[in-house]
Amino acid sequence: MRLGRVIGRVVCTQKMESFEGLPLLLVQPLDENRREAGSALVAFDTVRAGEGDLVFFEMGKEAAQAIPKGWFNPADAAIIGIVDGVSGT
Amino acid sequence: MTMGRVVANVVSTEKHPHYRGYKILVVQPVDPEGKPKGRSMLALDGVQAGIGDLVLVVDEGGSARVVLGDESAMTVRTAICGIVDRVDIEIEDSASGGRDRAP
Repeated sequence: MRLGRVIGRVVCTQKMESFEGLPLLLVQPLDENRREAGSALVAFDTVRAGEGDLVFFEMGKEAAQAIPKGWFNPADAAIIGIVDGVSGT
Repeated sequence: MTMGRVVANVVSTEKHPHYRGYKILVVQPVDPEGKPKGRSMLALDGVQAGIGDLVLVVDEGGSARVVLGDESAMTVRTAICGIVDRVDIEIEDSASGGRDRAP
């Protein structure tokens, strides 16, 4: 899992059937001090996150399992939670 | 597995149901000498770790689910599976050309 900030929304009309109705968001990965850490990526949203939200996301085959429709989906990044706060830094 | 230092605690109310009830910690990977190396990651805590602890992190779904004891949490991938007490490391002694044990 990584921390990230939702920086945009990606709209796709032509897509896999299992992706219908699921928001695609543009996420900028961040470190614990909220500095940018790597390139932005596109992730599915499972928690109704919005632009500007601090979130955490999962990558790899586990992300595919986070999408509620079907048993497997061709996705490799999914937003798993909205972060209320990061303490200890 | 990766060795790392717990540097922060993440609080999240709105999250995927598979993640409910677990502590989410930020782990900064370290090299064998304890120096930070690479990007920090988030891991679910399976061993009651806390900020400042040196820990072992498993970044593989099947193993992470075993650590947490929940085989049905299919989206879980990263978990803290141990707290490191000590690292014994063999270092090159350039003066003697041999290898010595260091604490």
